[in-house]
Amino acid sequence: MSVATADALGAAERLLADLPPSPAMWCSGLRKRYGRQTAVDGVSFTVGHGEIVGLLGPNGAGKTSVIKILLGLVRPDAGEVLLLGRTAPHPESRARVGYLPELFRYQPWLTAAEVLALHVRLAGVAVSADERRESLAAVGLADRARDRVGGFSKGMQQRLGLAVALVARPELVVLDEPTSALDPLGRADVRDLLLSLRARGVAVLLNSHLIGEVERVCDRVVILDKGRVAASGTLPELLGRWELRLRLEDVTPAAQARLAAAGRVTGSGSSFTVSLNDDEAAATTTDLVADLVADLVALGVRVHAVEPVRISLEERLLDILRSGDGGDSR
Amino acid sequence: MLRALGALTLALLALSAWGFSKLAGIEFEGSALTSGEERLVASQVLNLVMFGIGLIAALGTAFLAGPTIAGEIESGTALAILARPVRRSAVLAGKWLGLVAFGSGFVISAGLAQFLVVRTTVGYWPPEPVEGLALLAAQTAVLLTLGLLLATLISPMASGVVAVGLFGSTWIAGVVGGIGQAFGNEGVARVGTVSRMLLPTDGLWRGAMHALQDPIAVAQFGGPALEGGFPFLSPSGLTFTYLGWVVVWVALLLGLASVTFLRRDL
Repeated sequence: MSVATADALGAAERLLADLPPSPAMWCSGLRKRYGRQTAVDGVSFTVGHGEIVGLLGPNGAGKTSVIKILLGLVRPDAGEVLLLGRTAPHPESRARVGYLPELFRYQPWLTAAEVLALHVRLAGVAVSADERRESLAAVGLADRARDRVGGFSKGMQQRLGLAVALVARPELVVLDEPTSALDPLGRADVRDLLLSLRARGVAVLLNSHLIGEVERVCDRVVILDKGRVAASGTLPELLGRWELRLRLEDVTPAAQARLAAAGRVTGSGSSFTVSLNDDEAAATTTDLVADLVADLVALGVRVHAVEPVRISLEERLLDILRSGDGGDSR
Repeated sequence: MLRALGALTLALLALSAWGFSKLAGIEFEGSALTSGEERLVASQVLNLVMFGIGLIAALGTAFLAGPTIAGEIESGTALAILARPVRRSAVLAGKWLGLVAFGSGFVISAGLAQFLVVRTTVGYWPPEPVEGLALLAAQTAVLLTLGLLLATLISPMASGVVAVGLFGSTWIAGVVGGIGQAFGNEGVARVGTVSRMLLPTDGLWRGAMHALQDPIAVAQFGGPALEGGFPFLSPSGLTFTYLGWVVVWVALLLGLASVTFLRRDL
């Protein structure tokens, strides 16, 4: 090998090493129509390794369709998907992917242990019997391993579905409404499981209607509406917006202008709500409030109450969906 | 389901054992049947009972084929399986092989039991039992392949009903074709030929009957029945060309089922 070739190879290796690691899941420009209905329209997002991404949106927003496209269960009309660096829908791309479908159902004539054994075999991974038992124990089904799935309640079947999704040591886990049939204790268990997956560097894509659940565990959120990405970003980015609830008297036009300069003003009578501008970081909110109150007092306004409030994910979601405002924070 | 199938088969075997034992002492116009006549009647009745067994196998597997694909799609069982690194064509092939093994296993075990019943009661043993059972198993495979293709397109129950409906229509078309042949009407006779090409269940059934009936007794005494298009005697066996067509037909339908299953959104 010549010196020039060795140098070129070395440079190429360094270039590759310097590249950021590929995400666990990448999709771009996904489109899907069912007849005249567009279910998914140009959806693109990523899920990084060790990251929990929440998929939110109203009924019929296209969340489950997107998930099924990612897993090769639905053929997209356009768009590309990479799972763990491999092109989907090639079956090998799903080798290290765990999936709990929204419509979970497992062979009723098999026992819970046999269902796990079947999925381990289908995944082509060697998982010991002890490890399989641990998966069942992690979802609270350790003592039901030898029972037939046909006798399981819906909640137990969903717990089994979680064990199925996790049993083959996945690097990416896709959970479609994983707590829809679970009691509050089961939901807390799922939260703990998600956090332990993140700690192990496993990527998780979570579709859930329970916004509180998403808010507690997700690093990033993708909001879908009418098949499109209405907004996406980290939780601080999406929830960074604060609002001020004020009770004021003697509000002059100059004072109103001062309020409007701080953000969008709504309210009537003596009650005002100021939605602070997006670029106001949470850390500076205290100063901003103090300045605003000082200015209002200087303008002759009588200030009775000031309450800074952080907008919840639910309010933000409703705001985005009602206004149709993108607000992509990526 | 297996228990119901077993009970149905046992009932059929017990009834046929009772019937064949009565056949041994039957008299016609005041005198007992000759051994040749007895063998002809035994051939006809054996074909009739084997038709029942073939029917149970074909209908059973056709109705199993629906739930195994369409039913699993509807219930959601397919979602978790097909999200694994497996090809849909491999899943389909596995289901097809399982159904063929189940249908063939049933036909062979129930058919052999029936042969033993006939041998014990009237001392008749079919001339080509292996060929007869193989063709009955092939008939089952043909119908379940059709059922599997339909199950990739329509609901589980609809796929079973359509497959069984087509099976019945082809059998009736075969009978109509036999009548056409008996009356020398080529147009009507062609109805049976064309239907046997479109869905080879009736063709395979006629080949199976030919393998199970006594050729000497049929040649000696069965002339009027054969000429009259009697549906439980077959005048000729199957050609290799026809068997080749059956193989191509099954491969074509299985390939088509693979393509439709691959394109199906779950």
